[in-house]
Amino acid sequence: MEQTRRTFLQIAGLSALGFAAHSALDAFAVAGPSDYIVDPKALKGKRWAMVVDVKKFIQSGPDALKRCVEACHSTHNVPDLGNPKEEVKWLWTEPLEHAFPEQSSEYLHDFTKEGLKGLPVLVLCNHCDNPPCVRVCPTKATFKREDGLVMMDMHRCIGCRYCMAGCPFGARSLNWRDPRQFIKTQNPDYPMRTRGVVEKCTFCEERLAIGLQPACVEACKNKELVFGDMGDPNSQVRQLLKTNFAVRRKPQLGTQPQVYYIV
Amino acid sequence: MYNAGKIIVGILIFLGVFTFPVLYNKITTGPPPKLELPAKEKECVMPTPFMKASHMELLNEWRDQVVREGNRTFVNPTGVKFTMSLSSTCMKCHTSKVNFCDRCHNYLNVSPKCWDCHIEPKEPQAGRAQ
Repeated sequence: MEQTRRTFLQIAGLSALGFAAHSALDAFAVAGPSDYIVDPKALKGKRWAMVVDVKKFIQSGPDALKRCVEACHSTHNVPDLGNPKEEVKWLWTEPLEHAFPEQSSEYLHDFTKEGLKGLPVLVLCNHCDNPPCVRVCPTKATFKREDGLVMMDMHRCIGCRYCMAGCPFGARSLNWRDPRQFIKTQNPDYPMRTRGVVEKCTFCEERLAIGLQPACVEACKNKELVFGDMGDPNSQVRQLLKTNFAVRRKPQLGTQPQVYYIV
Repeated sequence: MYNAGKIIVGILIFLGVFTFPVLYNKITTGPPPKLELPAKEKECVMPTPFMKASHMELLNEWRDQVVREGNRTFVNPTGVKFTMSLSSTCMKCHTSKVNFCDRCHNYLNVSPKCWDCHIEPKEPQAGRAQ
């Protein structure tokens, strides 16, 4: 058969196309369509928030605070480095005058017989509506979810600590060293962190995703902490704010913190 | 051909040097490692050829879906549902990191950073594994 250059090129082109299509189809045949879905048990909310009842905490005594912090730290493999400069904080206590510095006054603190100065107040990431940490993060390792949670993606964090400078609440901590050996009891269901990443409270998003309340809330037997959806007018948190006077930390900064303190 | 001797010798030397890395690796690399497969489960989340070639991409996709999208359940093409978790789902069947992950990764000299943070399961005891 006489073969011209033209027919040769046509056949070569077609067979190349055929080969390409074949391998592409192969890839599809193996991969197929897969899907990713949310666990049906997951708690759903429009705007998660937490209410800290300081009055109830005073009634329950310091053990209640300790129990909450312990519950959080053991669930999330938070290391105890024993050095305040390297401390990793998710949920911790601050003296009242540090938690609410703009309200601090030696006369205001005389409210009770013992005085309120130094009263330990539970503090954590405020999961702000307008989070400065998210704005400054150069890698989008920290981001705000649609339900208001300010979330960390440890895989992306480069440890630049801009977020630590941005956060007015000191809610973020850098892992100056490998935390592995400083974790008392490892919870195998939750990862640890590595040296050089910043971490913080995540409102227990891994527990919300399977229908559980945050670990600290669960550890509070007298409902000193209440977690819920601000987007739902009938939620427990909204009811609490309707019937109690509550304040937030440093609201004047405009970050719209979503942890409310009943005082 | 002018200087045929020199040119042919030159070509041979060139070919020798050029193919040396490939041949060297052929000789010095041992046989591919035998991985310890789960005794009970026969099916992974995806077919074996896909897992062999693309498990790292699948894991990256799982990571992004869980952390960034909040989806925690993976539905594979045959409709089976899995919780996307390295330490709970993958390692539930592949109980031994040493005899599964590490064998191949060490052979290929790759060091994924998964276990910097994720907690590896306790290795099954040697006597019981076999």
